[in-house]
Amino acid sequence: MNLRRVTLIALPYLWLLGFFLVPFLIVLKIALSDTAVAIPPYTPTLDLSGGWAAIRDFFGQLDFENFTWLTEDELYWKSYLSSVRIAAISTFITLLVGYPIAYAMAQSPDEWRPTLMMLVILPFWTSFLIRVYAWIGILSNEGFLNQFLLWTGLIDTPLTIMNTTTAVYVGIVYTYLPFMILPIYAALEKLDGSLIEAAEDLGCSRLSAFWLVTLPLSRPGVIAGCFLVFIPALGEFVIPSLLGGSQTLMIGKVLWEEFFSNRDWPVASAVAVVLLLLLIIPIVLFQKNQQRQQEAEQ
Amino acid sequence: MAQSKPQNVFAPWNDPQEKPLIRFQNVTKRFGTFTAIDNLTLDIYRREFFALLGPSGCGKTTMMRMLAGFETPTEGTILIDGVDVGPIPPNKRAVNMMFQSYALFPHLTVEDNIAFGLRRDKTDRSSIADRVSEMLRLTRLEKFAKRKPHQISGGQRQRVALARSLAKAPKLLLLDEPLGALDRKLREQTQFELMDIQEKTGTTFVIVTHDQEEAMTVASRVAVMDHGKVIQVDTPAGIYETPNSVYVADFIGDVNIIRGKAHPADGGLIRIHYAEGAEPILATPTQPVAAGQDVAFAIRPEKIVVAWEPDHSRANHARGKIIDIAYLGNISTYHLELPSGQKVSAQMTNARRLARRDFTWDDEVWLSWSDTAGVVLQD
Ligand SMILES: Nc1ncnc2c1ncn2[C@@H]1O[C@H](COP(=O)(O)OP(=O)(O)OP(=O)(O)O)[C@@H](O)[C@H]1O
Ligand SMILES: [Mg+2]
Repeated sequence: MNLRRVTLIALPYLWLLGFFLVPFLIVLKIALSDTAVAIPPYTPTLDLSGGWAAIRDFFGQLDFENFTWLTEDELYWKSYLSSVRIAAISTFITLLVGYPIAYAMAQSPDEWRPTLMMLVILPFWTSFLIRVYAWIGILSNEGFLNQFLLWTGLIDTPLTIMNTTTAVYVGIVYTYLPFMILPIYAALEKLDGSLIEAAEDLGCSRLSAFWLVTLPLSRPGVIAGCFLVFIPALGEFVIPSLLGGSQTLMIGKVLWEEFFSNRDWPVASAVAVVLLLLLIIPIVLFQKNQQRQQEAEQ
Repeated sequence: MAQSKPQNVFAPWNDPQEKPLIRFQNVTKRFGTFTAIDNLTLDIYRREFFALLGPSGCGKTTMMRMLAGFETPTEGTILIDGVDVGPIPPNKRAVNMMFQSYALFPHLTVEDNIAFGLRRDKTDRSSIADRVSEMLRLTRLEKFAKRKPHQISGGQRQRVALARSLAKAPKLLLLDEPLGALDRKLREQTQFELMDIQEKTGTTFVIVTHDQEEAMTVASRVAVMDHGKVIQVDTPAGIYETPNSVYVADFIGDVNIIRGKAHPADGGLIRIHYAEGAEPILATPTQPVAAGQDVAFAIRPEKIVVAWEPDHSRANHARGKIIDIAYLGNISTYHLELPSGQKVSAQMTNARRLARRDFTWDDEVWLSWSDTAGVVLQD
């Protein structure tokens, strides 16, 4: 019986060890190495045949040079900062767009809900890349949006949206909207309608009942949704590189360029390690929120 | 049936001068093609404790929700204090409802739940605090003021819901099955608490209940409903002793229904012939009955005396054979069969310990009851 329990508990840990910790240690090791014109493009590499001396020599060559470098070149911390800002602003916009949608879904008749839910998830059925490319078709100077606005006569020169931060916001909000809608919808759907009636009975208008009852009770969903958008948006790379052009500074893009354009694996790895450390804070907060919510439900 | 104090003068419904607090005027409520409330006309007076009783789905909650403002009548008008409340939204009515599910706000403490309604009225802080602590004291919740609803017991939650609906001192308080979830002891205790609160605050209560004993205990008047119609409105004693129909007699308590044909007898009495060869039942009708009319005679089991010999101080006697005995501690119920095949139950209190043990299955006994023990119903 104990063996069974040990196995059950050990499995997720083994999984984490194999697919998170080991790769992380490899990346960390690369981050502590130096670039080299070789394959793989860094040094030192561990040569176990050399015995103890070689191993000692290997660890001796590791240093924090690349991390120091990250603080010296302002490109990096500016990218981190800009990423946090873009992720935060787009999370906020996603919330503003997503909450009313989730609210409308929760208010809709029961028989409509599965369909609406389907519609929210539907975009996942096409490739993420194709959807981002589609936005190029919409937002570019000759894109549908500009054509439409020109046709209606609202503007007479095309708007430049492509390759600006605006396009990145559009892309992130569009892509991550379902992650905002679903947890908020889940919270609102559970909400007992008689609570709203009770609030009205005690003298609330519709609006103040929403403000005093609906909104506070959907807060766990709002928080969950915000994290689910913020965390992936922070490291986002495809959207800024396809829609944001050279103008937008995001750490995911910098990371990609270090790896593939500069072939500077050690610096790229250092960037990745710092990004991970940055992400740990919101992830831990997110976990706390989920835990609190579960406790409250019991 | 605790029509407690001797000051039994509270009967505004008998006073033609008295203006009702609530007046349903030909109110009909339809959901699609389904009629939930059917042409209801009803007056409820100030300081009443009015109970709605009826089978599931007969429209009790719908009635309450119309009073609170969550449903609008399809036809007819509802007047509260003489004002047509049709266009008034729930938050503008001096009516508070205690929801069956309590509907406590889970994100607020007990204290804040109770203060919720008061804060909407722009009352100043200190008077809100005073009122809240008064409510906490009244419902004996002082110790739990800072807790959230999920940190207190079901009975305490129910008291919070009650305190919250009472806090604004509404003209009218609607209680939808408020005590359904409580155990018997706590329920009885709370019933008396409710009556006490009602006496202190003078609020008018309308209470929905599935529990007829509860209705009998707390109510000044009871309305028995069926299929969206009110069948009878009367005091608990009136409903019990003089039901106006077989439906009401059957719905409240146990009853024997004996059907037969009425024939006039001396002194305004009638004889009900219910079976070939059986002695007709002598009964006192409340309304004139035509000769030969079909009537139902309704008599409560406790009004029938079971003995070895007929009791000659009572007008009616019949032989019966005991087919079953249910011993309930304080009382015993005898199920008997009359020679005509008619089944009757009778109830005797067990005044002496094991005294009635001398009746047993298949015993031939005598049943006796007076001419006023039962009700003559025509329907
Ligand atoms: N919103 C609604 N839509 C359609 N039908 C409804 C609606 N609300 C109530 N009804 C119907 O109206 C009838 C009366 O409902 P109501 O809730 O008043 O019953 P009730 O007497 O309170 O029953 P219970 O004792 O089970 O609570 C029921 O048959 C119910 O199905
Ligand atoms: Mg109901």
